[in-house]
Amino acid sequence: MYGGRRAVDGVSLQIPRGAFYSLLGPSGCGKTTTLRMIAGFEQPTEGEILLDGVCVNDRPPYERNVSTVFQSYALFPHLTVQGNVEFGLRRTSASDIGRKVQDALALVELTGKESRYPPQLSGGEKQRVALARSLVMNPDVLLLDEPLAALDPKLRKQMRIELKALQARVGTTFLFVTHDQEEALSMSDCIAVMNAGRVEQVGGPEDIYLRPKTRFVAGFLGAVNWINGVGVRPEALRLSRELPLNGDRSREATVVRCVFLGNCLQVHLRLSDGAEAVAEISRSEEVYQASDSIYAWWRDCDEMECS
Amino acid sequence: MRLRFWFLLPTRIWLVLLLAVPMGIVLVYSALTRGAYGGVGLPWSAENYARLFDPLYVAILARSLLIAAGATALCLLLGFPLALFIARAQKRRGLYLFLVILPFWTSFLVRTYAWLFLLRDTGLVNTALLSLGLIREPLPLLYNTGAVLLGLVYGYLPFMVLPLYAALERMDPALLEAAADLGAKPLTTIFRVVVPLAAPGIRAGSILVFIPCVGAFLTPDLLGGGKTVMIGNLVQNQFTTARDWPFGSAASLILMAIVVLLVVFFLRREDEEAL
Repeated sequence: MYGGRRAVDGVSLQIPRGAFYSLLGPSGCGKTTTLRMIAGFEQPTEGEILLDGVCVNDRPPYERNVSTVFQSYALFPHLTVQGNVEFGLRRTSASDIGRKVQDALALVELTGKESRYPPQLSGGEKQRVALARSLVMNPDVLLLDEPLAALDPKLRKQMRIELKALQARVGTTFLFVTHDQEEALSMSDCIAVMNAGRVEQVGGPEDIYLRPKTRFVAGFLGAVNWINGVGVRPEALRLSRELPLNGDRSREATVVRCVFLGNCLQVHLRLSDGAEAVAEISRSEEVYQASDSIYAWWRDCDEMECS
Repeated sequence: MRLRFWFLLPTRIWLVLLLAVPMGIVLVYSALTRGAYGGVGLPWSAENYARLFDPLYVAILARSLLIAAGATALCLLLGFPLALFIARAQKRRGLYLFLVILPFWTSFLVRTYAWLFLLRDTGLVNTALLSLGLIREPLPLLYNTGAVLLGLVYGYLPFMVLPLYAALERMDPALLEAAADLGAKPLTTIFRVVVPLAAPGIRAGSILVFIPCVGAFLTPDLLGGGKTVMIGNLVQNQFTTARDWPFGSAASLILMAIVVLLVVFFLRREDEEAL
């Protein structure tokens, strides 16, 4: 319960060690609450959180071997990069601290910036400091709460690759919260799609994109045309002027308009039964004009059956 | 440029007439001789300043600084948790802040008298303790240094709480979670994160409490019963009963000089830290 409202309900997840695991869902779906319960900032009213098989429900955040990278990074503004990274290492011996901080900074390619203060860093650098500060603790799980949301789009795409590479290097379990399906698809080994406090589906990126179990999952991961109860993604919908051979997997359609998207051409269609559909085709294909009468068809492997 | 001139003119007139001119008068008085019937007269003399080095007056000055420092420390000790509580409160922040400044709605004098009624031998506290049988004789709660400290802390606590609140309220709550996340226990978080970030508020609050406390005369007079003499009482006495205006002027200027030096020292340290 969160703010008197059930934010998370019956969420049961098993996160394998060393995985890059994403919680994906729209804002308010309970993904951040789930993350905060694992970190220890929120208390579940029911259920158990097991870390390495041990229930950690009663442990405060400072006694859980998990570490969070906050959306705002939450760097200590009164401490240098060095001070921030060594904050959690107080109980370690002094000579070890210096080496560990150096290793962590090298890992995120921030060597040489030890004496900077957070306000003097760029958004990307702040994020790296936050990562180093958490990774230096050698946590069982690294919790990342929309860590890329505050970056500009170009940097965000670059950080996806770097974050994934970093995870592969350190081998730590990453639990990554995001509302961006592209982010989740491109980085994760496994994705749990959440909606309204519940888990809709758990699976690999291809699984949940190509074989969504619910209409919500299908729609949240990308555009879908619903034709006679089955879903077909716009890029899987093919167009032709002649009647296709696979009779029941085709529809007569009228072109409504064509939209040039740069990497593809988006063709808006009205099907024979009056429903609307969208196909995304490569630019090299035939040119269609509004009000052309054509056929839309798809392969059976591109059909998505959802509940 | 012209607009700026006219805009600042009322303030300038006010400051010159009510600050610079009186200060000048006090400065001149401090270098004159006491007149036969009070007032001031010639010749010029440095005698008034020399007299302040009398051990008696040095002791009063030292006591004033000590009591003011004690009151400031107590205000910080009491005000910090309160300010932190208000800054972190989810609701009713406005109400709490209102309650902090509520005492300002009545006169300081009246409120100090109220303490008199609470603390005297036949006051509320002693009567209650006596009737409960916890004590046989009234406790000496009034007319000592402790009572003066209590009165000062009571009177100036809001000046500590408000700047502390302003500093703490700006703090990103995620910083507290980050500290806990990195293994810091609540008390460690307070000393390693909250206190450093509240430093500007601690400095501002300490200055705002220390300055009026070091020059206080009403509280030591009423609650100290004339037994705990502070420099403010000395100055007041010279201008009233003793009618030695030159010496009173010299004492008040020395007090002001000490306060200015302390504050400059304090603020300079802040500048250094900012670098």
